[in-house]
This record gives sequence, C-alpha cells and structure tokens, in this order.
Amino acid sequence: MPALFWTDVLFFLLLAMLAALLVYARDKEHLRRPWHKVATNRSGMVSLVVLLAFLLVGVLDCLHFYPAFRDADGRLEYKTEAISVFDWCTMTLSTRDEKTYSAPFAAYAYAREYVRREDGSQRWEYPRLQYGGAHLENPQSQKLGDIVATATSGAGKGLLLWSALCAVLVGLLVRQHRLPWNVCLRRIAQDRTQVPWRAMLITLLIVVMAACVLAELSVKYHVLGTDKVGQDVFYQSLKSVRTGLIIGTLTTMIMLPFALLLGILAGYFRGWVDDVIQYVYTTLNSIPDVLLIAAAILMMQVYMAKHEDEFASLALRADLRLLFLCLILGITRWTGLCRLLRAETLKLREMEYIQAAKALGVGQWGILVRHILPNVFHIVLITVTLDFSALVLAEAVLSYINIGVDPTTPSWGNMINSARLEMAREPIVWWSLTAAFLFMFTLVLAANLFADVVRDALDPRREANNR
Amino acid sequence: MMQYVVRRILYAVPLLLGVNVLTFVLFFIVNSPDDMARMNLGQKHVTPEAIEKWKRERGYDRPLFWNERSPGAAKLTDTIFYDKSVGLFLLRFGRSDNGRNIGADIRQRMWPSLAIAAPALLVGLLVHVSLALMLVFFRLTYLEFWGVALCVVLMSISSLFYIIGGQFVVGKLLQWVPISGYDTGLEAIKFIILPILISVAAGIGSGVRWYRTLFLEEVEKDYVRTARAKGLTEPRVLFTHVLKNAMIPILTGVVVILPQLFMGSLILESFFSIPGLGSYTIDAISQQDFAIVRAMVFLGSALYILGLLLTDISYTLVDPRVRLS
Amino acid sequence: MRTKTVSRLICVLLGLGMLFGCGERPLNDPYPREDDGKNVLYSSFNERPKHLDPAISYSENEYSIISQIYEPPLQYHYLKRPYTLEPNIAEQLPSVVYLDANGQALPEDAREEDIAYSDYVIRIKQGVLFQPHPAFAQNADGTYRYHALTAQQLKRISTIADFAKTGERELTAEDYIYQIKRLVHPQIHSPIAELMKHYIVGMQAFADQVEQRYRSRPQGGTAFFDLRGVALPGVEALDRYAYKVRIRGKYPQFRFWLAMPFFAPMPWEADAFYAQPGLIEKNVTLDWYPVGTGAYMLTENNPNRRIVLMKNPRFHDEAYPAEGEPADAANGYLQDAGKKLPFIDKIVFTLEREIIPYWNKFLQGYYDASSIASDNFDQAIQFTGQGDIELTPAMREKHVKLQTAVTTSIFYMGFNMLDPVVGGYGEKARKLRQAVSIAVDYEEYISIFQNGRGIPAQGILPPDISGHVDGQAGINPYVYDWADGAPRRKSIEAAKKLLAEAGYPEGREPAGGKPLVLYLDTVARGPDDKAMLDWYRKQFAKLGIQLVLRTTDYNQFQQKMLAGNAQIFMWGWNADYPDPENFFFLLYGPNAKVEKGGENAVNYKNREFDRLFEKMRNMDDGVERLGLIQELQEIIRRDAPWIFGFHPKSFALYHDWYYNLKPNLMANNETKYLRIDAARREARQKAWNRPVYWPIPLAVVLFFIFLLPAWLSYRQRMRATAL
Repeated sequence: MPALFWTDVLFFLLLAMLAALLVYARDKEHLRRPWHKVATNRSGMVSLVVLLAFLLVGVLDCLHFYPAFRDADGRLEYKTEAISVFDWCTMTLSTRDEKTYSAPFAAYAYAREYVRREDGSQRWEYPRLQYGGAHLENPQSQKLGDIVATATSGAGKGLLLWSALCAVLVGLLVRQHRLPWNVCLRRIAQDRTQVPWRAMLITLLIVVMAACVLAELSVKYHVLGTDKVGQDVFYQSLKSVRTGLIIGTLTTMIMLPFALLLGILAGYFRGWVDDVIQYVYTTLNSIPDVLLIAAAILMMQVYMAKHEDEFASLALRADLRLLFLCLILGITRWTGLCRLLRAETLKLREMEYIQAAKALGVGQWGILVRHILPNVFHIVLITVTLDFSALVLAEAVLSYINIGVDPTTPSWGNMINSARLEMAREPIVWWSLTAAFLFMFTLVLAANLFADVVRDALDPRREANNR
Repeated sequence: MMQYVVRRILYAVPLLLGVNVLTFVLFFIVNSPDDMARMNLGQKHVTPEAIEKWKRERGYDRPLFWNERSPGAAKLTDTIFYDKSVGLFLLRFGRSDNGRNIGADIRQRMWPSLAIAAPALLVGLLVHVSLALMLVFFRLTYLEFWGVALCVVLMSISSLFYIIGGQFVVGKLLQWVPISGYDTGLEAIKFIILPILISVAAGIGSGVRWYRTLFLEEVEKDYVRTARAKGLTEPRVLFTHVLKNAMIPILTGVVVILPQLFMGSLILESFFSIPGLGSYTIDAISQQDFAIVRAMVFLGSALYILGLLLTDISYTLVDPRVRLS
Repeated sequence: MRTKTVSRLICVLLGLGMLFGCGERPLNDPYPREDDGKNVLYSSFNERPKHLDPAISYSENEYSIISQIYEPPLQYHYLKRPYTLEPNIAEQLPSVVYLDANGQALPEDAREEDIAYSDYVIRIKQGVLFQPHPAFAQNADGTYRYHALTAQQLKRISTIADFAKTGERELTAEDYIYQIKRLVHPQIHSPIAELMKHYIVGMQAFADQVEQRYRSRPQGGTAFFDLRGVALPGVEALDRYAYKVRIRGKYPQFRFWLAMPFFAPMPWEADAFYAQPGLIEKNVTLDWYPVGTGAYMLTENNPNRRIVLMKNPRFHDEAYPAEGEPADAANGYLQDAGKKLPFIDKIVFTLEREIIPYWNKFLQGYYDASSIASDNFDQAIQFTGQGDIELTPAMREKHVKLQTAVTTSIFYMGFNMLDPVVGGYGEKARKLRQAVSIAVDYEEYISIFQNGRGIPAQGILPPDISGHVDGQAGINPYVYDWADGAPRRKSIEAAKKLLAEAGYPEGREPAGGKPLVLYLDTVARGPDDKAMLDWYRKQFAKLGIQLVLRTTDYNQFQQKMLAGNAQIFMWGWNADYPDPENFFFLLYGPNAKVEKGGENAVNYKNREFDRLFEKMRNMDDGVERLGLIQELQEIIRRDAPWIFGFHPKSFALYHDWYYNLKPNLMANNETKYLRIDAARREARQKAWNRPVYWPIPLAVVLFFIFLLPAWLSYRQRMRATAL
C-alpha cells in the first residue's frame, strides 16, 4: 500500500517539471545551445554523474509504502510505519543494530563490557559484535583477508554491472550517430567525442564499483561503524541523502513562483507595484535569517502540538517539518532572486523588441509570458543551481541549533550535531563525523562544480571570461 | 544629501513597523502568554493563580491588538502589541521574560561580538583579497586552476567542520589556547584568536572566488590593457589600477555588513562560549524568551537598514559620478 | 633546556610571547594571571541562572549559587546519612507545640484529628551579621546612604561593586519574617506561594490584603513596596532573636522547608535599595545580587560569562563537623573536624555551554570537579570483574577521584488513569499495565542510555529515603522475581500471559484482531532522543503492541498533562525533602492533575491508598509509619499506575587537590566545607598543559613548499613580460 508524504509528492512533481522542461527545450535551438555547452564540459558532466548517483538514492528513498505482512490468521495486514523502497533494499543494513558504538570494519565493540562467559565466569573485555564481522571465527587473523576477498568480489560485480551499462550506452550512441560500433568505441576511448563520454564512464565506473564494494562489505561489516545506539552509520548517511536533496531542491521550487512573479511584476510595472514588492522583500530581508527560521519553526512545533490528532504519526510530523523548513528557507531566500529578476526585467522592458511588441498591441501578460519570462530564465537556473549547495550546508547549521529538520529525520546536520560530543571521547569516535563530512562534501562539491559550469554556460556576461 | 538621508531614515520606519508586526504575529499567535508564564515559573507547584499573577505583573493579561474595554485611543494603546513594540523604536527594549533589562544586556554583550567580528572581517578581507589577487596574477596557469579548484573544495566544507576541527586540533591536541571562554582587555586575545582564525579560514573558499571574479571583470577592461601597453609591470597594473578600481564594489560590500558586526556569529560564539549577542540570541531561542528574540530581530533589521543607507552614502563618496536623488 | 629556548624562540616568532609570557604559565590557562596559585575554586554553569532571589529560585543550578549566600534556619548535616537536619542559624531544632482549635496547647502525643494548629518556635543565634553591602550603608545622621540615589550617583554605577561604602547589620528574627511575607509579594512569583498559603495561618488573607494595597498604591511614589506595614497573623516575632510560625494542622514536613532558601532571612533594606528604578534599569536587582549571611557573598555577576563569590568577611562562627558516617574518618572526611569554615577564599563559576570544552578543561585541570555526561563516560569509568565501577587507567594516571550517589529522584512512565484503555481500576486494565511494566526493560535502558548510572526502581521510594527497603523484601513482586540473591525481571512470557488475560492475546484487540495501539507522550529535545524513542517502540513491540510516539516541547507536554490528554507519558520527580510523603503525594487522589492541577499526573485515585496516605503523611517516623509505607507501596505496585523506572545515580569526578567532597543531595551549601590545595593544582596544570610546538616549524616549511611553485611562476611571468 503506497504511502504519500508531502515531500515525496512535491519532489516527484519537481522531477516531472524538470523532465517537461527538457522535452520542451529539446527542439528549441536557442534554449539548447547553452546546455550543449554544459554537456561538453568535462567537470560539469563528471559532477553530473555523481549528482545522478545521489539522485538515484534520493528517488528510491522517496517511494514510500506501508509494507504488508500476514498476521497469525493469514490475513493481509499493513504495518503502521511506512518504509521506502530504499529501506526495503537495504533491510540488511537497517535491521542489524549493535548495542552501541563500533568502529568501521570492527568485529569487536568499541567499549569494554562486562561479559558473562559460557562457563559462568565474568570478564571485562571487548565483546564481539552481534553482526559486524560475526561470520569470522577469529577476526584478528581472518579479517583483513576477508575484507579484501569481499571487496574484490564486489569490485568484480561492479565491473560487470558497469560493462553492461556501458554496452547499453554505446548501443544508444551507435543508434543515434549511425556509426559502426568499433568507431564509436574508439572515439570514446580516445576521448574524441563532443560530450566527454570517457570521463563520464570512468566516473561511472568509480561510482558503480564503490557502490558494489560497499554493498558487499556492508552485509558483513559496518563499513562506517555504528553510532551510539548501534545503528549503522553508512545506512544513516545514505538515508540523509534524501533530506539533503529535498532541502536543496524543494526550497527553491517553493520560492520560485513568488520570486518569478513578484520580480518580473516589479520590474515591468514599476510604480506602486514596484514599491509594494520592494517593501515586502526589504522587510523580509532585513530580518536576520536564523531568527526568522527559529521563530517559524517554534511556531510550527506549537501548532503541531496543539493539533496533535491531525499529525498522528511521527514520520508524518517529521515530514511536515521538513516541508515547512523548506518553505521557511524559501521565504528567507526568494528575495535575492527577486531582486535580480527585477533588475533584469527593468533592463529588458526598455529593449526594442519589447517596445515593438507593445506597439503591436500585444497584451501585458502576453509580453510578460512570451518575451520577458524566457529571457530571464537563465537567471533562475543559475540561482537554483548555486543555491542548492548553500541550502545543503545551511541544513547542517540549522540542525545544530535545533531549528533544522526533525530530530528523528536522518540528516547530516543531525549526524554532526550528535557527533560533536563524540569528539570528546577517548579514543575518539571519528566515524560519524567523518561519514557525514564525506557524504556532504561529495554532494556539495559536485553541486558546486556543476553550478559553476551551468553559470558559465548560461550567463551571457560570462562569454567573455570563458576561455 | 542631508535631505536624502532624512528621507531614507523616514523610509525605514514603515520597514521596521513591518518587521515588528511580523515578528509579533509569529510569536504571539502560537505562544500564548500562558505558555510564557509556565515557561518562566519553572516546573514544580505551578498553579493557575501563579500564572495569572505573572501575566498581570508583566502586562500580558491584556488583548493582543485591540482592547474593547478601554476608552478612546487606549483601545489601541492598552494592548500587548502597543506596549511591547513602541518602546523598540526608541531603542527601549524593556525587560526580558525573566526580568532582566534587555537594553543593558545588549550594550554589554555587543563588545565581545565586535571583538571577534571586526578583526575577523579585517583579516578576512586582507587574506581573501590578496589570495584573489594572486590567483588573478597567475591567471591562465596551472596555479590558477588548482587555486580555484581548492576554493571550490574549501567552499564545500560545512562551517561546522571548520569549528569542530579547529577547536579539536588547536585547543585540545596542541594546547595553544584555552578551549573556550572570554575575558576583557588584553587577556581576551588568547580567547578570540582561534575563533577569528577559524572564521577567516571558513570564508576563504567563497571569499577568494568572489574577489577573483571582481578582479577578472576589471582586468578585461580597456584601461587595464592601456596600462599594460604603456609597459607597466603586471604587479603594478594589478595593485595600482585593478585593485583601486575594484575597491568600490569591495568597500560597498563591506559597508553593508558593518553595522551587523554587532550581531555576532551565532554558532562561533556558542561553541567558544563568548558572551556576545550571537550566543545571547541562541540562548533566547532555546529558552524561548521571546522578548529578547523580538528585540534582537528588531535590532538586526535596524542595523541592516542602516547598512543599506551607509552603502548608498559611501557610493557617493568613492564615486563622484553617482548622485543621490 | 634546549627545547625550552626553541619554544621561547617560537613564541617570539609568533608574537605571542609578550602576551602570554612563554615561561612557566600554560598558554591555555583561561583564568587571569593574578589568580594563579590562589585559594580559588573553579566551577561552571551551563545556563545562566534565571533567578537568584531565594523566594523565587527553585532549581538546582540556582541553588548551587544562592545556598552559599542565603542561610535558612536549618541545614542538613553534611556528612551524616540518612539525611539529618541540624540547626544552622537557629540555636537548636525548632520546638513544636500542637494546639487545638481554641488555641490550647496539646500534649506531644495528641491525636492528629485534635490538632488544629502547630506552632514552630525558632530561636536564632545572636550576633550573626549580614554581609557588607551598600544597602546597609548609612550616613552620619543614620539615614540610608544609597536608598535614594540621584541620577548623578547612578551615572557611575553599573554593578554592585561600584558603590564606595558598604554597611552591615545584625541579623534579627524580623528578617526571617520579612522573607516569609515576600513569598506572596505581588511582584514576586514564588513557586511555593500557593502551598504556603495553604499551610501558614493567615497567609491567604495577608496575600489578599497586600495585593489590594499594591494595586491601590499611589502612582509615582517610591517604588519600594513595604511589606512591614501589614501584619501576618500566623508569623510573629517573639523577641529580637526568636519567631513563631503557626501552621494549620499537623505538618511535620514543615521542618524540611525551614532548611530551604525560601525561608532564609531577607533584610528589608535590600528590598528598599534594589527597588530603585535607576538600579533596575542597570540590571542591579535583588534577583541578581543577593544579600545574605552565608559563608560567601556574590561580588561579580555577569551571567553571560562568570559569577564570582567571595568569602564573607563577617561570616559567623561555624566549624567543620566532627562526626559523620562510620566510614567517613577512614575516607578522610574528618581531617578538618573543628576547623573554622569556610576554607576557600573565592569561587569562580564560569559559563560553559558546551560539554566538550567543559570536559577538556576538566582534564586540563582548569575545573576542579566535573560531572560525567554519558558521552565521556567510557573515557572515565570502567567496570571491574565484580561489576563494580572504577576509574579508567587514564583517569587514575591523572589522580582523578570518583564519587557516586543515588539521587533522591525517580524517572517513571505513567499511565493516565482516566484513559479508557490503559486507565481504570478493573482487572483487565491492571493486567495490561502490569504486562507493560514487565516488558519495558529498564535495566537495558540504564545500560544503554545511562551507562549504568542508575538503579531500577522497585517502588516509588529511592534509597536514602526512610521507608525504602533493600533486598528481597523490597522488590516489586509484580515485575521482579528474586533469584540468585538479586531481583530478576520476569520473563516476557509472563508479560504475554498477563496481556492475554487482559484481553489482548499476542497484543491484538479482542475485536477484529487488530494490533493494540498505544500512545506515548514525551518531550523530545535533540537527535539523541530518537534512539530513545526507537527503544521504547521496541519494548512495546515485544508484546506485539504498536507504540505511537507523540513528541512535544515541555510546555505543550505540561498543558497536555493538565488536560489529561496523554495516555502514557514519561516524567520524573526530584525530592524537595527526604521524606516519603514527598513521593507518595504524587499519587494522592486529591492531588490529581486534571481535577486539581496537583502533582498527581496519572490522576490515580484509590480510596484505600488515600486513606493510608493521610494516615502516614503526618505521622512521625517509626515502626508504625514504616508499616504503612510498605502497605502503600504494595497498593501502587499492584495497581501499577506507574512503571517505576529508575533512580539515576550521580557521578562526580574531582582532582586530587580537592578535599572534603561528599555528595549530599539535600544540602546545596556544601562549598563552605570544601578545601583545595592550590599549590598542587598549579603544579599539575603546568605538567598537563605543555603546548605542542613542533607543528609550527612544520607549517612554516610546508608554507614555503607551497610557495615555491608560485615563486617559480612569478619569475617566469616577470621574465615573460620583461621581454
């Protein structure tokens, strides 16, 4: 039975809009041109591959459903807690909780414990983990070999998978360009293609291999260790991908209509419309962001507590809080875009072709939609891509002051927040922080690189600097 | 000029009023005075009578916006909104929910915030601008490529990692400075040096990139070409012409944030227990002391608007072509 | 020697040498140089105290400060256990006279029904002085110097230390009476005002009268609202050094209140002084600058940074106790017996909001003692083969010592007795509650979330409270069995059986076979709570029950409790005073939360329990009372309106220069007994805080290595342009 969360629905709506935009832009030469430039940029396409890998995890984690099970009498029942397709795929990870901390690839717990032996004697020692490395007879001597063997087998599978993907891709290219197979392959291998396929395929190889190796290893070990209550950190980091993506994308999606509409209106109509809109955004802008967010989040918490019956399940609440956070982040962020759009529209409305359209009697709205909107859209795209990484980073900071996502939502911010205390331990528990750092860093870095390329391609003023 | 400034200041009034109404609505719609009373009266033996008494004493027993029972103009003035927001315009912040004078607290706490924010801004400006100049100097070499790449990498690291990492390495492992705390006078240096370094380091990525684009725009301009054609050396071109001309956007960018230095940094201050306005705000948020939060929102907005005004004025000062109208 | 010169050189290189003085003093010493080697105690607070007014403050962090300053008539003996009251300012423990309705004295063994009033007569020591304070400063003509400050005078004043003159005054009984009146002062919100209106004769009428006067006071006059003009009939001074408090009925627990700061003396001069609007504007208020007779006086209060207490030069004679528990002499607690208190000259409380810096500073020797958060627990504590706890080698190497004590608190899970599913007094609901009581495995909870810092509760009473029984006789027979000399939680099968008998076989509703869904209300704060919530869900899942968690903030939670909307919830109670009454009243029917707004959050109402409680409540300690307590325990164990969770254990670590620290959960004025060896502390701080210098040359070298390509490029470019 599918479960619909607000953020899921909006996220898919966003993906659908993106797809629609692509289809629309396909046969418009002037819209395609800048994207063509993106497609030929190496670092842009490499980071796109990485971003798509994150997106895959995120999308899988957005498909929620209530799992069915047979009760004692054989009737079909649904559980009250919804899980996602991603959860279902990684059931082995999420259910194998240890008691508390354990280091990456550990077979023994991180802290010593009072262990009762079979012969009745009691010892103070590092107990074996329940799952991590549990298949080993003698971890000290066997572990390294086992890890290497498992990793190799994972790498092999990854290579196979990658080859399959390559075959499909090359097949498509062959059909598109009507070239013989061998020519096509050679061109890719020699990096003589317009789109940097070779670099992309190498990135894909790394991603696929890493995924397969980690998948194989994580069945036997906790590859990134476990946290305070024994949950697998690797699993948590993966779950956090969805939160990061949702915050990074939905926020812009929510603010976009306001910014677009108000920015264009202010720039086009000027006069009192402009005054009112400027007043609104200066007011909002002048309130320190964090305070506005804090106030709004507190407000929402109180609202939820007072209308408890409408938010029965914890997951639903967490989801709504996430959505609300996106909303409020959007409110604090639309002003920048709005101002840019206003300035651009101000410039555009004086352009000759607009004046000509006016003289020809084209309606106000016609001009806005037909002539202004398409010509400011590059600003929107640039802002959206640039904002994405800033938003992912902002989430962590907000969670640190407890005005971010719900504490029960897996997110990198929450991971960092709880990991702060672990830094004071001796020996230090470094893996949660490191895991959050690695994942966040990879996503943000890829997004930053991609955003740079998009900006260079779309911004007409940048032509000069593009060397 | 004078007239312009006066007009801008008058224009700030509706802005601040808007801010005030917004925050007031945000806080009071959901947080009834009853909630505030309970929050402040503690956990044990809280009776309804005690709550009533608290509200009466703090002036929270009146209606929010409109008092039916009062005569004439008092219908508007004898309300919580009037009582709690008019004072803000006169910079009278009133008492916090737990009874302290907010104005006195703010006056006391803005200095530590400034002690960190101002040097951080200056040092940051110096470091970021000189690194950016270096990158521009080495443009079209592998150094520029790797420099820019490094900037993107540094940008992609959450500021939390800079703080946690810096505190861990310098404070705990190397034991160079006290881990946290604050003191007045010269003693303060050992406490603020690490936060300043961290905030400069955390800003390198985005700062250097930003200044680099500014310089690159200048470098392409005709006068630079002319200067180069005259036979000036590249460093001279960069330092005398490019830097001088790029100073306008740099300075105006700095001026707009100058007033907000007082507000301090929320996270840095709470990590290093620096008794500035940033940690004051965080405390207020976590204790849900709305009187303080409201005061800080107002202060922040006022300083922001002041920053905008200063920017406009500084434009005219550095660039005589700009006329204020 | 050489390393020293190198390090000195590097310091100069850094340009820090001048500021830090690179020689002996650790670079990371957070305290000012002039306090080095002084007899100062370094402590911390993690949140600024909200109130330091003894009529208002009621929380532990506030008490840790004001208890050093304000002295109620009685105090708890520092060393003796169970907790024993002893006179502090009082000459001896108060004498109690029972009176009948006509005011006639009754014999001591009078029946409770006959007692209409009890008179507490408290005689205080003579010659006790208040701390030197500007509020007492007088001019030559006897008028108060600072009670009418002019704008001119105010200009130079920003803290209490800015007044040039101070004065002092002898403590009298009137000061105690004045404070009792302040409990119902219209501007002061004392948490115990309502309680005391109920007990102290005439308090209600007094409060009403004062309230009326307060409202009709002339506007624009002096801000000081003098309470001395109104008489409080139940409290009167017998002479300069004695006063009498008349209590309604018999209320032996009143003596415990007499040991709390609520009943400390307050000079009227302080109220008059601090009521000046000019001072309030500068945050110089009684709420921030206390005036007391205690061993310490507050000299600096910057709640944003630090609070400093100095030894009170006028502190009355008090000696370190000469007797204690049997083991105390062996543990070195009696070394200072008979010496004049206090030992420490100055206490510095520093604001420390984050755990990491706090803990690290403790390890560096900059805090003298530390509590243990669950996150640095493993670092400090380990378990021995016998299951005892001991310090880790790393701690022992630093000569750190450990103190543990079970707190007089209880954390419990309550069932709302008004709820149709889990509440009620029928057999089925009771069995459901019992089954859940077994399933929620608090032993595991303690080991996961408390690092073993707690003991599972067998009933409502923590250890060290009279009526608590150890061993087999004291276990909760509905949840535990006695096996191998220790209580063992009943098996989950037993719980399932109970659940089936309650009408939910396998955790399913009798009609329709749907899983039973229960709701748990709790306050969620941070990410750590998520694990806890998951854990609770797991506990209920053991019985096949689905648990829905409803988290709110504390404010909403309280509101929900008041409305009785919760089904199951978690809460805790920290004893006001060491008497079983202070626990059992949490289940007393007339204290029900929904009906009366009392502390009985589960709204438990059992006539038999109420009857026995009323009997036990005001009885003096003795065999008969102990018997009643066992009966009461049995009733609530069987009815199970609570799952008796656990009593937390507090762990304190302290350094070896720190003496006489014995956990006393009732007394908060322990600082005067403490002693430190400042010389040893200084030596240790130096040994532990040697800055690590080797990264500096390394960094310099790395810097130049990185500079090299830039330099090469530069030269290349310059040559290119030169061409």
